[in-house]
Amino acid sequence: MLDLGGFALLAGEVLRSLVSVRPSLRDLVYQLYFIGVKSQSVVLITGAFTGMVLCAQAFFQFQKIKMESGTLALVGVSMSSELGPVLTGLMVAGRVGAAMAAELGTMRVTEQVDALRTLATHPVDYLVIPRLLGTLIAMPLLTVEAVAVGIGSAYIVGVHFLGIDATYAWAHMLKYTGKIDIMMGIFKGICFGMIIALVGCYKGMNCREGAEGVGHATTEAVVTASIAILMSNFFLTMALRGLFKT
Amino acid sequence: MIEVRDLKRSFGTHCVLDGVSFRIDAGESVVIMGRSGGGKSVLLKHLVGLLTPDAGEVLVDGRNIANLGERQMLEVRSKFGVLFQGAALFDSLTVAENVGFALDRSGRFTPMEIAHRVAEILEMVELPGIQDKKPSELSGGMRKRVGLARAIVHRPSIVLYDEPTTGLDPVVSDSIDQLILRVCEQMKVTSIVVTHDMRSARRVARRILYLRDRRIYLDAPTEEVFASTDSAVHRFVNGISVPKEITF
Repeated sequence: MLDLGGFALLAGEVLRSLVSVRPSLRDLVYQLYFIGVKSQSVVLITGAFTGMVLCAQAFFQFQKIKMESGTLALVGVSMSSELGPVLTGLMVAGRVGAAMAAELGTMRVTEQVDALRTLATHPVDYLVIPRLLGTLIAMPLLTVEAVAVGIGSAYIVGVHFLGIDATYAWAHMLKYTGKIDIMMGIFKGICFGMIIALVGCYKGMNCREGAEGVGHATTEAVVTASIAILMSNFFLTMALRGLFKT
Repeated sequence: MIEVRDLKRSFGTHCVLDGVSFRIDAGESVVIMGRSGGGKSVLLKHLVGLLTPDAGEVLVDGRNIANLGERQMLEVRSKFGVLFQGAALFDSLTVAENVGFALDRSGRFTPMEIAHRVAEILEMVELPGIQDKKPSELSGGMRKRVGLARAIVHRPSIVLYDEPTTGLDPVVSDSIDQLILRVCEQMKVTSIVVTHDMRSARRVARRILYLRDRRIYLDAPTEEVFASTDSAVHRFVNGISVPKEITF
């Protein structure tokens, strides 16, 4: 409960800062580079292999009922609306959320956060806002990238290794993967980005003293963000599907 | 002017400060001394609003800052410069970026003006030409000097020093003390130094506050403190332990 109260206070301070303070462009660009560019390899590998294994499994099941050409349709819908954003979120939570908690936690225990405050700078303005904006911009882009690579990899595996007819597979995928699936993936990417940045920053800025405290904060940031992503994904799916009646 | 009235602060069930009161006038050079873990740094953090008291008042130029919000405190803190125990330099920034941080964030100076002011202040702390170094490349004494440069670059009226000579050899400690005196004289600032280094306290203080048993036990001019016949004060300034009283 204390955590939830503190988290709500941080979220309120972030909102206040977003409307009143202009973030430093230099800090924002650095965060975009760290979160977006440096996460490329992790996200690409995750997207590619998830797409490939999903294609293979779907093919083996569809083969039993002679529906192999529907394989890519299943991959397209699953990757766009569920697996793409969720797996990207989990990977970014592990890489970026942990780094945020560790960096801010170390700054806190070495009094650098106190030093910021004595230099008339609000820690939320200087430390949280660039990280939050960087994650909010990078996450949907990384999600789209993971989805595209996943579907591309599935196409290669399905058509070239498993022998699915390319024309039918492609046509079925386009028919069943709607704009709503893609928009849902992008929207979830933004939501998950917000969760990762806020949880990572909150855990870092509230970590206990010493190396053990920083270690705990880092672990808690990853675990909390991952669970929040998985839980919110269900509610987001139900809400968005209900909203668009699909 | 800083005035503390009946300040109380506990962490959980552990009471650290219990009715601390004192007053420091503008331009004074005061040392707060006391045993390790006795609450000196906690008291210092209350003066700049980094901690809020459980009870009591902290008045800065007549304004009670004890219950101000974080954003209201930002304005009050521009009057302060703080040198932290471990210098607390920002690891990711260069020396120039660290020292010029407050000027850059204020948005009132051009990059040329900031660079000029940073060079000037680094010259003052006798570290010219190290603008491009990272904090990890500096020795303990250099870090303290850069921390001091960062604390005074925006010309504060009050400078707080948290254990400025801890962990330094006697020669470097002396040079830091000389620097504190020079900053006090040249910039006409109020200096509040927290330390348990008696050599340093004797050099930089005009007045000493002795924090003992969670309260100000003694508030007196430096020479009076060092000449005190009170057994607790005498033992502390001369570093004489009483085994049964050791509580570390």
